[in-house]
Amino acid sequence: MDPIIILHAGLATGTVLLFATIGEIFAERSGVMNLGLEGMMLIGAMAAFSVTVATGNGWLGIAAAMLAGGALSMLHGVVTIHFQADQVVSGLALTFLGVGLALVLGEGLSKAGTISLLPKLTIPVLSQIPVIGPIFLTDQSVLVYVGYVLVPFSWFFITRTRPGMHLRAVGENPTAADAMGVNVYRQRYAYVLVGGLLAGLSGATISLAVSPGWFSELTTGGLGWIAVGLVIFSAWNPWRAAFGAYAFGALRRTILDIQGPRLLLGLRNPFFFNPYYGFFLQMLPFVFVIVVLIIGSREAVRKRMGAPAALGLPYVRGERGL
Amino acid sequence: MSNTTTERRSFRWPLELQIEPRMDSPRWLAPLVSLVAVLLALVMGAVVLALVGGNPFRAYAHIAGAAFGGLGVFSDTLVKATPLIFTGTACAVAFKMKLWNIGAEGQFFMGALGASVVILAGVVSEDASRVVTLAVMAVAGALFGAAWGFIPGILKARLGVNEIITTLMLNYIAFALVNYFIFGVWSESGFQMSRVFQRAAWLPRLSDLAEQFPIMRGLTTHAGFIFAVVVAIIAWYILFRSLWGYEIRLIGDNPRAAKYAGIKITRNTVLVLMLSGAIAGLGGMSEISGVIHRLQGSISPGYGFTGIIIAWLAKLNPLLVIPVSILFGGLILAGREIQPSGVPRLIQGIILFMLIASEVFLRYRVRLVRRTA
Repeated sequence: MDPIIILHAGLATGTVLLFATIGEIFAERSGVMNLGLEGMMLIGAMAAFSVTVATGNGWLGIAAAMLAGGALSMLHGVVTIHFQADQVVSGLALTFLGVGLALVLGEGLSKAGTISLLPKLTIPVLSQIPVIGPIFLTDQSVLVYVGYVLVPFSWFFITRTRPGMHLRAVGENPTAADAMGVNVYRQRYAYVLVGGLLAGLSGATISLAVSPGWFSELTTGGLGWIAVGLVIFSAWNPWRAAFGAYAFGALRRTILDIQGPRLLLGLRNPFFFNPYYGFFLQMLPFVFVIVVLIIGSREAVRKRMGAPAALGLPYVRGERGL
Repeated sequence: MSNTTTERRSFRWPLELQIEPRMDSPRWLAPLVSLVAVLLALVMGAVVLALVGGNPFRAYAHIAGAAFGGLGVFSDTLVKATPLIFTGTACAVAFKMKLWNIGAEGQFFMGALGASVVILAGVVSEDASRVVTLAVMAVAGALFGAAWGFIPGILKARLGVNEIITTLMLNYIAFALVNYFIFGVWSESGFQMSRVFQRAAWLPRLSDLAEQFPIMRGLTTHAGFIFAVVVAIIAWYILFRSLWGYEIRLIGDNPRAAKYAGIKITRNTVLVLMLSGAIAGLGGMSEISGVIHRLQGSISPGYGFTGIIIAWLAKLNPLLVIPVSILFGGLILAGREIQPSGVPRLIQGIILFMLIASEVFLRYRVRLVRRTA
């Protein structure tokens, strides 16, 4: 129950959620909701692990995962952008398809052998900073550092650059964006692809770094759906997404660790003496998501931060939108 | 076509696709498009099966034979179809109001838990008659399911919390809750299951009639099937023949118009999700009372999720849910023996994709025409 260890490990799990959440923020900012995160992540985890086992090179595994996630996301793109199908149902279909495909292709993969993990880095000098150093900058997977860079980059891209402005325009008012000369379809395809690539990366983070290996469905175990929830909590802002993802990672780790000690805050630890209470601990992450959504919705009402106005709506040129 | 070299640069495909919006579509078009979509999905599933080294023809022949190839297996297919009719109807009711209840699986588990509480916590005595026992179990199952629908309903209605996420999260919470009871409270001599319920808690099976009708011997179809069909018919009546159903459909089609017409959207959000949860919960009760006769962890191979596809395939019409469920029941029954285990889910995913993609043909006329000039 060392808080440093919990936060240190929480960052790794949090990075999984961070990639998926930020990818989904990009897609939703362009007006396309993709509920297929769980499927794309699972196929990414499968692709990453199997390619790494086959080639011995984790970087190739990451590339394969991103390609697999991206390819799956394009299916969603064609169906929702060109065919104007319902984004919710298409996202669910993508989940079924991705999970089914990952299970079929990953058959027998759990016994495929071991892999060498992606390198872990300790930043010299900076890791000596008390508290922050040992948590953030010591012995973390290289992907965790990628996550640190991705957050400010995404925020800057979305809010401070011209392409980012086009992205937001397409998600808020596609008719106006189109009149302004932005190609709505091309933008939406591009950001749905970004979402798919990042979801694949998120899956690779699980199978190559956080809990290496292939455990069929349990590899992702609902993390994709939690990421969908975090997007709403984040109010489509990468900084809030990072906070939510890391906090959630730390919570997951706390739940694992809390069943260990006999005494908790000087009292008999009920989770140690009755292991069945552990099932209630298992519920906590999901309760946490619901609570976070409740808080997020109240705040959204108060601050008038809303979802992108055109989220979920197909764009058809020449038809009156909104 | 390429008769001269000079034309090659300016060669154009002589046919072109013309896409124009349809003002209205003929009645036969929708079922035809769905049928073609499902057939295409099965072909694509076969291609995938072949790619991973399976034999698609054997797999499909196996599915057909193992699901519809005789009275005995057809009876088993109906057993598998029964929970699907419940979950498919539950999803159709909620989807009709554009409430995305992805939580039928959790509501199904809660229904099973509710029905088990009646037996295992001694709510009805062991000597109570079958009618009383089953009635109390059904009520408890529906109530537990409705409670699991009430939570996302009230959160959506009062706070605008996205019901997709809450219903999904409640699935995981329901699984953990059921696990707590079967591991920690009702565990029978260390196994992860409760004791077998008394006979009064079993829904009657066709094989119970074997003494009068020898042909019924070994048939596992239970009264839950009839129960499911009745529930689907009632749901159809509510949706398409009652004032409440008119409100539900109007909110689903045009919430703004519904609001101006004075329909209470918040109240209906809660009520419809509770109704949906209650129907799925009844499914859980029917499954443990008709098939498993005890509470255990593996009571559903994803009936709640398959219900989503069934509802969509049935065009959100509870009456069509019944035949579609029988087809999917066959797929699940036969799919148990197909390796790898992800195949049925993969095929379900492809079917759903093809279905929603095919709807473009209902909205647009796509024509192959000869280019002019």
